[in-house]
Amino acid sequence: MGDIWSLYSEKVMEHFKNPRNVGEIENPDGIGHVGNPVCGDIMELYIKVDDSTITDAKFKTFGCGAAIATSSMVTELVKGKSISEALDISNRAVAEALGGLPPIKMHCSVLAEEALKSAIEDYFARRKGKNNGDKSNT
Amino acid sequence: MGRIYLDYAATTPTHPEVVKVMLPYFTDAFGNPSSIYSYGQEAKGAVEEARTKVAGLIGARDEEIVFTSGGTEADNFALKGVAFANESRGNHIVTSSIEHHAVIETCKFLERRGFSVTYVPVDEYGLIDPDDVRRAITDRTVLISVMHANNEVGTIEPIDEIGKIAREAGIYFHTDAVQTAGHIPADANAIGVDLLSISAHKLYGPKGVGALYIRKGTKLLPFMHGGEQERRRRASTENVPGIVGFGKAAEIAQREMSGEAERLTYLRDRLTNGLLERIEHSRLNGHPVTRLPNNVNISVDFVEGESMLLNLDLEGICASTGSACSSSSLEPSHVLLAIGLSHELAHGSLRFSLGKWTTEEETERVLDVLPGIITKLRAMSPLLKSHG
Repeated sequence: MGDIWSLYSEKVMEHFKNPRNVGEIENPDGIGHVGNPVCGDIMELYIKVDDSTITDAKFKTFGCGAAIATSSMVTELVKGKSISEALDISNRAVAEALGGLPPIKMHCSVLAEEALKSAIEDYFARRKGKNNGDKSNT
Repeated sequence: MGRIYLDYAATTPTHPEVVKVMLPYFTDAFGNPSSIYSYGQEAKGAVEEARTKVAGLIGARDEEIVFTSGGTEADNFALKGVAFANESRGNHIVTSSIEHHAVIETCKFLERRGFSVTYVPVDEYGLIDPDDVRRAITDRTVLISVMHANNEVGTIEPIDEIGKIAREAGIYFHTDAVQTAGHIPADANAIGVDLLSISAHKLYGPKGVGALYIRKGTKLLPFMHGGEQERRRRASTENVPGIVGFGKAAEIAQREMSGEAERLTYLRDRLTNGLLERIEHSRLNGHPVTRLPNNVNISVDFVEGESMLLNLDLEGICASTGSACSSSSLEPSHVLLAIGLSHELAHGSLRFSLGKWTTEEETERVLDVLPGIITKLRAMSPLLKSHG
């Protein structure tokens, strides 16, 4: 039977079958942790930041096919982007990069966007903590 | 190897013999059973012959069988029909927390219409305690509805005991036997039910046809108003080809039931034991022994059901999950939550339901493929490390 009968686009299935950037980053500069067991999707996003540019991103996800594919795609999209560019990545952009998602699965792209924002917030919080720490040392 | 279908609890392929007997009723014998000329009478005869076969499957009398459009309609008919016809006697219904949506949602509808419903809980195996049913009964109770076996976890309920309780209390008793009729003995008199729902497509018959057994003397409202079909209890021109197919399917099921149940039980246990042995951190859902011969339902820690299903599908294996990542509520199966599973485990469930064309080669293939899929998914799961 042809692909038109499948729930997901070819691109979603491709990322689901071969997810990019699976795993954790040692000593990350930011970690995003979103989702909950009730809805069945949990994402963890790790970023490495060098001079305000995201040089690496990895993820770990418990969730459906769309959750895994959007996690994979968002890590691909952010690599090489500046922090401010990364903050502009919307859930829609993630879904579009995957050739679209079924309406019922759009919440997975929202989760991917939230995971990214959460990782960047964590990056800012860590930097602030570090700066404050530096100040108190002087 | 071609595709491996292990979702017989969702629907079954129509038996080739069933298709064969249905075909003439689309063309040569197309008559309306209400017509008095030969075409009509020929169709009427076929419907009545089918009725006898379906009645035979559950030990009923012909006139106690009303054909419906399926199991959902039969459940709706039983619940609304009894509730609305007996309002002068009371407005309370007792059911269980693990019923099919066709019963649960009908109960919720009735609650909005002024009825009160008690949802009796189940234990960790999905078993209902008949004493809980007894205790739930009030002087306003008009109906008890408890399923014969659960469609998700496969647990067979002690419905003969519940039937006894209902009889002693003089309360109507309905059972949804959609998963059992044609698969294990479901005799209306042995169980002691007044109403029993069956669906044809779960027993190798066609979709779009089912039946409600209504014990003689049961007071209930007609489901549809119009013509005089089905002794005025369900107006609408009969689905003659569907009913004929249902009759044939019932006949075959009755003939093959015991042998088939034995064969499937063997395959079920082989698959269950194999999965539990090969997959660490996995557990069987539902009762280990008192369960449908064709049902395997496991929960796997740290991974989500749909992602397992998609990977199985890529290997040509069709199964089902209690995870509801694609439903609008995102809530996992109410049955799995009712047996006490955490949300993670409910989302990590897989159901394999076996059937007539399932071979040992196919169940072995699942055992070969699934552990690898789980290893791959666990490698990307954020839940694994937090459990050490």
